[in-house]
Amino acid sequence: MTFSSIRRTAVLLAASAVLAAASAGAADSRGSKAARTPLPQVKITKEGEKCVEPTDIMRRRHMEFILHQRDDTMHRGIRTTRHSLKNCIDCHADPKTNSVLGEDGFCQNCHAYAAVSMDCFSCHTGKAEKQSAVSGLIPLASSADVSVRDMVMMSRLQTAEHNAQPSATGKSQ
Amino acid sequence: MSLSRREFLGAGTAAVAGTALAPGVRLIELAAARRPEDAVTAKQRWGLLIDTGKCSEGCTACVEACHEENGVTDHGKPLTDAQWIRKVEARDPQTGYAHSLPVMCLHCETPPCVDVCPTGASFRRVDGIVLVDKHICIGCRYCMMACPYKARSFIHENITDQKPDAPRGKGTVESCTLCVHKVDRGDGTTACAEACKEDGHQAIVFGDLNDSQSEIARRLKSESSVQLRADLNLNTGVRYQGL
Amino acid sequence: MTKIHYSTIDGRGLGFLALLGLFGAMILGGLGASYYMEHNGHIVTGMTNQIVWGTPHVFAVFLIVAASGALNVASIASVFGRAMYKPLGRLSGLLALTLLAGGLAVLVLDLGRPDRLIVAMTYYNFKSIFAWNIFLYVGFFGVVIVYLWFMMEHRFNRFSKQIGLFAFVWRLVLTTGTGSIFGFLVARHAYDAAIMAPMFIIMSFAFGLAIYLLVLMAAYRWTGRPLGDAVVTRLKNLLGVFVAAVLYFVMVYHLTNLYATQHHGIERFILLDGGVYTQVFWIGQILIGGIVPLLIFFTPLFGRSRFMTAVGASLVVAGGLAQVYTIIIAGQVFPMDLLPGMQVSSSFSDGQFAQYTPSLPELVLGVSGIGIALALTTFALKALPFLPDSLSDDLVDPHAASRAKAETAVEAEAAGA
Repeated sequence: MTFSSIRRTAVLLAASAVLAAASAGAADSRGSKAARTPLPQVKITKEGEKCVEPTDIMRRRHMEFILHQRDDTMHRGIRTTRHSLKNCIDCHADPKTNSVLGEDGFCQNCHAYAAVSMDCFSCHTGKAEKQSAVSGLIPLASSADVSVRDMVMMSRLQTAEHNAQPSATGKSQ
Repeated sequence: MSLSRREFLGAGTAAVAGTALAPGVRLIELAAARRPEDAVTAKQRWGLLIDTGKCSEGCTACVEACHEENGVTDHGKPLTDAQWIRKVEARDPQTGYAHSLPVMCLHCETPPCVDVCPTGASFRRVDGIVLVDKHICIGCRYCMMACPYKARSFIHENITDQKPDAPRGKGTVESCTLCVHKVDRGDGTTACAEACKEDGHQAIVFGDLNDSQSEIARRLKSESSVQLRADLNLNTGVRYQGL
Repeated sequence: MTKIHYSTIDGRGLGFLALLGLFGAMILGGLGASYYMEHNGHIVTGMTNQIVWGTPHVFAVFLIVAASGALNVASIASVFGRAMYKPLGRLSGLLALTLLAGGLAVLVLDLGRPDRLIVAMTYYNFKSIFAWNIFLYVGFFGVVIVYLWFMMEHRFNRFSKQIGLFAFVWRLVLTTGTGSIFGFLVARHAYDAAIMAPMFIIMSFAFGLAIYLLVLMAAYRWTGRPLGDAVVTRLKNLLGVFVAAVLYFVMVYHLTNLYATQHHGIERFILLDGGVYTQVFWIGQILIGGIVPLLIFFTPLFGRSRFMTAVGASLVVAGGLAQVYTIIIAGQVFPMDLLPGMQVSSSFSDGQFAQYTPSLPELVLGVSGIGIALALTTFALKALPFLPDSLSDDLVDPHAASRAKAETAVEAEAAGA
């Protein structure tokens, strides 16, 4: 049994426990008007840009992407930005706080709602890298980051997303 | 400008990609740069050559630059604050000859810290850079017991405002990364080497020990140099001159 | 031989509850200290970038070493076939488990990231002695539990020799592993010595037996069960031999170092001018942990005094802690040779003796390891029949009285010669 499968089992167990507790709670509070925890507000601050994967995939699997990228970057020096935590933060940081943390922060507010602790930010900063005007290699590096492999992946995913769109929107209603 | 065959070929491919994506970038940087999606290889062995003859006593430009680059904050507690690089003043008690040298992680080929780490968090990248994978570091500090150079620091307190390229967090061990983010970006230098150069000393040279055309390899081949604690036979990636 | 009957302790009295309360308080203190250290970081401890392992490690290593030693009593019965030790085997196995649990708990609670224990269990670097030790410790639990089961289950009694031998070998390997944590550290003057492993084994014999003797005497006294002189005297004499052996190994270790000029610095530091560390070595380790217990155990004046035997065993424990303190702390205080032959200085304490003062949280966490071990032991004694109803001389060894007389005569003769 691998670590990830153990973790998945643990997550499933925890999720079912939460569900059980939630339904028990719902039964208890029937009749009383106990305020429910409001759903997290996911603020997308960068308009007109797509995320690196379709939203429903990101919601379920973002931790797998960054975990995979983590090992690739750490041990093999692979620095593609597509699934890098830095890329997530740079795009999703709140313009006001420049961070994905804080009460309304993109990462924190959803994780607080789901009661899932994040270990990332015990070391990584939650702030976006300052958008400096220094040109030179950096812009090149980021554009060169989109490899052919990534482009193929992207177009495939976009097609998949396009195909799945009607049902996805239907589901979310 | 003279190029080896390998460099020339590498430069050629990179240049093609370079012109397609962003024209006008200097050829030599592209030659050194690896594409972001490529894994590092053992073809490179990154290291430093430190000429203590050029290093001046009391100068801490390299230390400051390193700690600025990597966000190594000073809490004013010398016993527990992390020091990725430090200036050591050495004096021969017999002759009185004194000199000054920066000491950091020496990026051994057979690092004792990697041997002792129970989880494999302390590891050597195939291009010779010794790193701590803080994702799996449990903070046991066995590597600090094992390192002959005291290169490692344990993070004793909460840290905020880290640099995006240098994650650091309480309860884990860390050390000089040879500015791995700069190396991977193709900067071709480290913060300490850069600062030393800017200060006019040029005591620190960064480069690829395996590339016979690089300055570091040429100088190591033609001039005398030593490893710290060479008796331990660790084949360090950081070498010293003038000791 | 008379059949030995085992039973659980009553464990209803005020004394039992007070004991559990005391150990519980020690454990709660340790958990609190650990939380405090993890919340604020190790900044609140005396540990620094020079002294990376502190007081918690002293207690943890002591307990782990003692754990493997505590199993010896059982081994003497199963492996070496000494019938008198047979009734003592169950408590021996129990203490081996609980002491190890206490030591490991302290070690884990001191980690920089104890929340990542699962990482330590899922990622391994097989070149690391720590990684071997994780397997050796976990395996030890398994082996000793089976060993205990075979000792307690009549049908399996006949296999106890085989499993006992296996457990004995396992514990030797385990202590070798613990000693090698230090023995394989090439960079530091105080370590990097192959003798570390055998020295740790002999230390484990002494520490483990001292704790065993203390627990045995306390348990029998507080439950009012008879405990004869035969058992106590035999264990006491054995402890004396182990203590002498520890002194011998310490002497060989220092003589080896003294011969090589390279190590004169560390030897001068430990033996002569290391201030508090020299005192811990001579007064704590050698005098309190070695010479005084030997005098107590082998002076005819105190020969049969239970009280003095308990004092002697307690001193062995105290001296053992002093010895591990010397190994771990003093070994780090002495600076490493960055540039052999040169005097060095830096902002990172190069070339200086490191400063270390144990902090309260560290001490509380370390002591909680003892609390965990003793609480588990106390609870287990109530839950399962580990202790024989009686260990009186006539039951354990009917010929003990006559033999003891003969031994005394031989001793007197030897003293006379």
